[in-house]
Amino acid sequence: MILYIGRRLLGVIGVLIAIAAVTFTIFYVLPSDPAAAACGKSCSVERLAAIRTHMGLDQPLWRQFADFVTGIFTGRTMGSGQYTLHCAFPCFGYSYENSQPVWDLLMDRLPVSASLAVGAAVLWLLLGLSAGVTAALRKDTVTDRVLMVGAVAAASLPVYFTSMMLIYGLIRTAGLLPYPQYVPFGHDPLHWASNLLLPWLALAVLYAAMYARQSRSSMIETMAEPYIRTARAKGLPRRTVVVKHGLRAGMTPILTIFGMDLGGLLAGAVITESIFGLPGIGRLFYGALSTGDQPVVLGVTLLAATFIVVANLAVDLLYAVVDPRVRY
Amino acid sequence: MTALSPSAPAVPAGSGPWQLARAELRRRASVKISLAVVALFLLMAAGAPLLSSLGGWSPEEFDKSAVDPYLGGQPIGPLGGISADHWLGVEPVTGRDLFARVVHGAQVSLLIALTATAIVVLAGTAAGIAAGYFGGRTDAALSRLMDVTMSFPSLIFMIAMMSVAKDVNRVLLMTAVIGLFGWPGVARVVRGQTLSLKHREYVDAARVGGSGPWRILTRDILPGVSGPVIAYTTLIIPGMIATEAALSYLGVGVRPPTPSWGQMIAESVAFYDTDPMYFVIPSTCLFLTVLAFTLLGDALRDVLDPRSGRA
Repeated sequence: MILYIGRRLLGVIGVLIAIAAVTFTIFYVLPSDPAAAACGKSCSVERLAAIRTHMGLDQPLWRQFADFVTGIFTGRTMGSGQYTLHCAFPCFGYSYENSQPVWDLLMDRLPVSASLAVGAAVLWLLLGLSAGVTAALRKDTVTDRVLMVGAVAAASLPVYFTSMMLIYGLIRTAGLLPYPQYVPFGHDPLHWASNLLLPWLALAVLYAAMYARQSRSSMIETMAEPYIRTARAKGLPRRTVVVKHGLRAGMTPILTIFGMDLGGLLAGAVITESIFGLPGIGRLFYGALSTGDQPVVLGVTLLAATFIVVANLAVDLLYAVVDPRVRY
Repeated sequence: MTALSPSAPAVPAGSGPWQLARAELRRRASVKISLAVVALFLLMAAGAPLLSSLGGWSPEEFDKSAVDPYLGGQPIGPLGGISADHWLGVEPVTGRDLFARVVHGAQVSLLIALTATAIVVLAGTAAGIAAGYFGGRTDAALSRLMDVTMSFPSLIFMIAMMSVAKDVNRVLLMTAVIGLFGWPGVARVVRGQTLSLKHREYVDAARVGGSGPWRILTRDILPGVSGPVIAYTTLIIPGMIATEAALSYLGVGVRPPTPSWGQMIAESVAFYDTDPMYFVIPSTCLFLTVLAFTLLGDALRDVLDPRSGRA
């Protein structure tokens, strides 16, 4: 088990370095010169050269990348002479736009994106799994049909469409909810939830529909297994059969997609955040792109990749807990 | 014809798997409806210039007489200016014909989504077959590559790549960028299927009979994986359409004045209070297309790949 975890962690680091390398190459080589952008319109040749040296842009690309990666693990000193700047661990560099450490910017925005993702995940798991399991247990009845038609329709709605409908229906027409404004959980949990309810719903509708479809098929397959028949035959109550025997095995495939979905959303739901004006990582990323702020773009991409990879690892480890057949 | 029970469809005895699949598909109402919708939108996309010339407007043509300058450029007439002249109404402020724009938008959206799907399926099938059949180092290398690709935060990465690249053909770039992240899904399906096929007796027989790897792959393995691949392909098309729309919605997709559904929806959001039809029309097109492809994919999976997916 420990050996397995160790091997997987090495793999995780390898994958992240590969992603960092690809992202670094694309965003530092392709676009226009960041030094020129930082220097402004009336820029002398000497000043440009000084800025390049300061930013480390005069170094060969592999050197820049190596510095970047070591900076993440140990922190590093940037620039030279009077412009020396120490960037503490974990150093993702400084934003070109407002000279703040990228790490601070990310950690500033993370609570918003995480609140959005986690709240939506709770909602969609509740809605999606209960719909899916209900449909599976009542296979080929009217309930099943209605739920599945609803699910396939909801899965086809783009998230911005659902969001606009919710804004129009619940805020503009009914006036039931406030227009979302982020309130930190620590300040006022009730306001935090009521403000985020709408974005949660908008995201949850889409994912709940997909989870309902997945969990239905998985439950139907599980409930047809011989061991379920055995459990029934020995006279266990239906509830015990469904919850203890069926759900446990039926939910393992769901766990895989859940890890990927949650991991992907934690680092920012770009569309949802921009529609509801939530100051999360998605918005930070979108803003950084329009100003060509590469360190921030790179930072967000890496953070997102980390979440995905770590979520996948967590799922694989959880598998051993959920499914007794899995051993590492 | 042998004796068939009266309720069974009239399938000739000894018909091949593809004939059986077709007969099974033909019995489903959802297949007929979704095929009709898909065909409608494909025809619309293919015949976009023709259709918009029938409507009398080109997608980039302004019609100031269809909007009211005193009401902030509101379309004149009910339901966003729907009239005999403008079949689906007009865009606020500019007065561009919505029918022409929706039809041309279909062309852009479907062209990108379908080409990206083709890239994904070709690359994924090739990688999956190679990994599954050759095994060993090839498999290890390809599987690692799949892991890395799947760990990319794809939407974030796509948005970034689309906004970084400035002076390139937007449609081509978007196709490539969307296609780049889809192939591992197909590759995994194909790899699994190939692994289960490569030691079947008929494959061994072909090997003993002197067939080379190329011949075995194309003649013996490929036909065996094609069923699941077709089902999977149809199921990823809606995702591709939605991704294209999402990128265009965020303003990093095709550039105006070229219309695309996602971009039209994004523009219409500003007017959703005063001119809801402008929002409803492209959204409905997007919704119907995605829905139809999903239903079609569900049916194909049930028939062609009965083991995975729904019982």
